[in-house]
Amino acid sequence: MSDSLAALVASTCEEFGNDRTRMMDIVRAIQKEEGCVSSETLDLIAGQLGTYRVEVESVVSFYAFLSSRPKGEVVVRICDDIIDEMKGAENVAAAFAEELGVEMGGTTEDGKVTLERTPCIGMCDQAPAAIVNDVPITNLDESKARAIAKILQEGGAPAHLVTTFGHGNNANDLVRSMVTNNIRKRGPVVFSDFSSGSAIDKALAMTPAEVIRDVKTSRLRGRGGAGFPTGMKWDFTRHSTGDKRYVICNADEGEPGTFKDRTILTECPDLMFEGMTIAGYAVGSDAGIVYLRGEYAYLLPFLEDVLSKRREKGLLGTNIGGKEGFAFDIRIQMGAGAYICGEETALISSCEGQRGDPKNRPPFPAQKGYLASPTTVNNVETFCCVARILDQGPGWFAQMGSKGSAGTKLLSVSGDCTSPGVYEVPFGITLGDFLKLAGGENAAAVQVGGPSGQMVGPDDFGKTICYDDLATGGSVMVFGPHRNILEIAAKFMDFFVEESCGYCTPCRAGNVLLQGHLKRILDGRGEMEDLDYMQKTGETVKLTSRCGLGQTSPNPVLSTLKNFRPAYEVLIKEKKEEGFKAAFDIQEALGDSKGLIGRESTIYND
Amino acid sequence: MMSDRITFTIDGVEVQADPGQTILQAADAAGVYIPRLCAHKELNPFGACRICTVMVNGRPQAACTTPAANGMIIENETEELTDNRRSIVEMLFVEGNHYCMYCEKSGNCELQAMAYRLSIMVPRHPYQFPDKDIDGSHPDIMIDRNRCILCARCVRASRDLDDKNVFQFVGRGKEKKVWINSEAKLSDTDMDVTDKATDICPVGAIIKKRTGYEIPIGQRAYDHKPIGSDIEEAKATAESN
Repeated sequence: MSDSLAALVASTCEEFGNDRTRMMDIVRAIQKEEGCVSSETLDLIAGQLGTYRVEVESVVSFYAFLSSRPKGEVVVRICDDIIDEMKGAENVAAAFAEELGVEMGGTTEDGKVTLERTPCIGMCDQAPAAIVNDVPITNLDESKARAIAKILQEGGAPAHLVTTFGHGNNANDLVRSMVTNNIRKRGPVVFSDFSSGSAIDKALAMTPAEVIRDVKTSRLRGRGGAGFPTGMKWDFTRHSTGDKRYVICNADEGEPGTFKDRTILTECPDLMFEGMTIAGYAVGSDAGIVYLRGEYAYLLPFLEDVLSKRREKGLLGTNIGGKEGFAFDIRIQMGAGAYICGEETALISSCEGQRGDPKNRPPFPAQKGYLASPTTVNNVETFCCVARILDQGPGWFAQMGSKGSAGTKLLSVSGDCTSPGVYEVPFGITLGDFLKLAGGENAAAVQVGGPSGQMVGPDDFGKTICYDDLATGGSVMVFGPHRNILEIAAKFMDFFVEESCGYCTPCRAGNVLLQGHLKRILDGRGEMEDLDYMQKTGETVKLTSRCGLGQTSPNPVLSTLKNFRPAYEVLIKEKKEEGFKAAFDIQEALGDSKGLIGRESTIYND
Repeated sequence: MMSDRITFTIDGVEVQADPGQTILQAADAAGVYIPRLCAHKELNPFGACRICTVMVNGRPQAACTTPAANGMIIENETEELTDNRRSIVEMLFVEGNHYCMYCEKSGNCELQAMAYRLSIMVPRHPYQFPDKDIDGSHPDIMIDRNRCILCARCVRASRDLDDKNVFQFVGRGKEKKVWINSEAKLSDTDMDVTDKATDICPVGAIIKKRTGYEIPIGQRAYDHKPIGSDIEEAKATAESN
């Protein structure tokens, strides 16, 4: 074993207190130095942390951004979500591949550049996009891709690919990113003037129970999509038994088409941190964690700086706001490319240095969460709302929005519309009115809530965006009349197959089957009975899966079967002859045999 | 102490539970069989296979991980649940390579027995024929991942009963597999044939070498009675006493 590697592993593990619950940080740091977490490294880490090699391997093998095999010094990850594909990501990928002389997934011979695909990186409003190491590159086209490939081959640093900066804090010295905010509509809650510390002052003038009462009175519900009442979650957390409590901010914005948290993290992180601090006071916690998705690593130095400034101002640390005995601080936990970690219990697993497997419920995080302590997990936007509610009063907040959905909602819009970007709108707005705002009124279909949400057509544009009608964590993807609905649904199924953690049978195996049937229909080999099969299998996955991801993963199929059934029916051929099954392809079935004998079959060749 | 007992119903039958018991444990004690594969009485609940999904007050829950609570109204043997269970068992069949006719576990295999119990004739799902690997390096034990159903019994048994941690999962989604605490070979781990993890596999994925036909076909665990009969018979015996 090489001494320098052993020394790196030892010093990295020591930096994190030889604490195996900090495995994510440890393997990320080592990979950053070594390019991968090799077989030898697995043994060294296990030895240093007093755990098992296979435990470390289990974690490394789970996350898309971690690798046990060497990769190039620079990894180019091209976003392959549907919106990027619509905007030309395929051509961009081909240009990169040709210029670098590698296949997708390959590394250049000199070991300089690896080319990969990755699911939605939160840049749909400026697609096609890629991340080069940690640096987002947006609005790509073929010629830009070729130019970038050349620079990287010549040893240019990814940071030097950025020549112009986006608006606002994207131009901050600690960000220096070409990402643009695209905040198209500001609203009274999140994108509004706010003075740091003002909400904390008001919260600290009350008892924790009064803060929770105000959050309840405001009728705030979780902004991640599930819509659980925030005040109630805090109440459970506060009243659960435990020596220590945690506040976790879910900044693992991974639902394809969602990028509203990106703008919050860039433009109003203070508001979010303020909300977390208030949560700490309310639930009786002194420790907060922001789980930041690996794709947003470019914001990390900036966010760390905001945190240290808040410490300097006495808004984090001990005796916050002059309140004797109230201590609270926040650390940022980086993710490493796993959509499932947006599910709150999977997120907790990941924070604990494990695979991002969801946990069994009950117990709920409010009872037994991070490190088995009571934990409240809330969305980035939820914490922003909290700070504003404390600042402006619960009544001010509660009177906005619709009956069951108070306040405003940030929506990220992308696809076939003239003004993609982030909009802060009151709950209760109809989808049709919203599409007018975004210049997407010609839509033939809109995916509300991302792949786990639903695909709706013009008949449903009169529905309202709120928890009780068209629920969304923020994703609104617009598709014009020239798009193929089923190809979009198939793309979403590819996503869920890729992102399933594999823990439970229905999500792991069922989605592969749905994906296969959908592909077959798209290939023109579908039969009417396939529709019933897909409906039934989809319902099984929905009913029996273990977590929210699994339960919503068949939605691309189920919602298109419900709302776009004719799109399926036109693709299903009439049976040619009695007794022949369109689904069966004799040549495909003979594939292995043909390979073995080295020639085409002479039978069944019509 | 009677006041501490929890009372609920499964398919209209009243069942009692001790505080802390899961629905599955309470049902077993009461002689009501809820089909399951990943659950095992010596192991902590895991909740992976989802076959034990029941409706609890109208909502689907895994019986193996959900604590029993007073007044729960549980549906177990409804046509809808049974068909979902069939579909899940069929998924397990097609996502692996299960050749019962020449598998030495046949007759003692819980997956096969579950298929019989649920009256599965042929999977509704297309076979996937995945490429899986076999590890025959260990002198006494063989791993055949073709037959693995990812139930984590070996993972839990090795960790919690054998205090060894020979097994863990690597990868995710359809690439997820049971892996071992060494670079590539089971023989490089401290796995021993006397480990609890050797015997706890419900299928033929972990098998003892040279013992395959010690019990002849026809005299095996599920050759005469369906899986779950032991639980149901315990109730019948208790009632006749």
